[in-house]
Amino acid sequence: MALLLVATLALGTCASKPPVTPEIAGPANPVRDAGKIRSADGREWRRLAADGLHDPQNDMLQFLQQPAEALGALPKGGPDGNQVDWAAALRTGAIEPRTNILPGTEIRVLDLDIVFTETAGQPYVVFPHRQHTEWLDCANCHPAIFIARRGANDFGMLDVLNGDYCGQCHGAVSFPLTECRRCHSRDK
Amino acid sequence: MRPATVLTCAIGLAGLVWLGEARSEYADVVLNRNSEAAGVRPVIYPHWFHRIRFRCKVCHHELGFIMRAGANRITMGDIYQGKFCGMCHDNEIAWGLENCGLCHSGRAGLKSGIQGGHKTLGPGRW
Repeated sequence: MALLLVATLALGTCASKPPVTPEIAGPANPVRDAGKIRSADGREWRRLAADGLHDPQNDMLQFLQQPAEALGALPKGGPDGNQVDWAAALRTGAIEPRTNILPGTEIRVLDLDIVFTETAGQPYVVFPHRQHTEWLDCANCHPAIFIARRGANDFGMLDVLNGDYCGQCHGAVSFPLTECRRCHSRDK
Repeated sequence: MRPATVLTCAIGLAGLVWLGEARSEYADVVLNRNSEAAGVRPVIYPHWFHRIRFRCKVCHHELGFIMRAGANRITMGDIYQGKFCGMCHDNEIAWGLENCGLCHSGRAGLKSGIQGGHKTLGPGRW
């Protein structure tokens, strides 16, 4: 009976106009769910103690940075992933991550777009070396993941979804595979 | 109430339940090959925290971390000798190794691997 009542109330709430969410300023203000922190633009991140991984009994947890503290100030990305557009964060100077630790490391950046045209019914894929080499070294992808010769890599979206080729990073750490148009960006 | 409205509400409620699940941040990595067996909490490695401060190439090129969860056999012995995490966690670039609980911060029983809603487990997920 109680369950029925709850369900009825929930349905009733759902059928009425959506509640107006109060404007919360700043990333440090806890909102409805104490397990989350909301940024000024409405993105929410779980607190470390409530993320299912960190041990809330760990005394040192209080010294760790909360995702919302850091990510809430960065350019907004898609709803999956970190909710951050990391390429924009780098381009706009919102973050300035170090390029090297060892003094002698050569920093290699390549400005070369590769267009993949065999994309079935989807728009062409434009692969920008520049954005990738801002983050990565050539040796991270070549030759283990991609042969460095145009046309030499025969792969499809299924491989990517399985975590190979682009899927080694995209869908695991780089922007997720739900953001189709960021790669399939050139109309046929 | 129209059936479509009921259906919409049901989907919405299911969504809320799903959102209510504990979910770590995208690309968090759990390292627990040795930790719990050695009596300490599993390590939670947050990619988001590190990539704000370092480009991928620092760890995955200079430091030699293979870009595949589980492929790096990291031990505290190596770290004390300045390898892997020890390259930076030296009280110069980043906090030192005496701050165990800052890295060994996970719940008991976590499985090693990349976490946080990654989507490349295979087409079955889609």
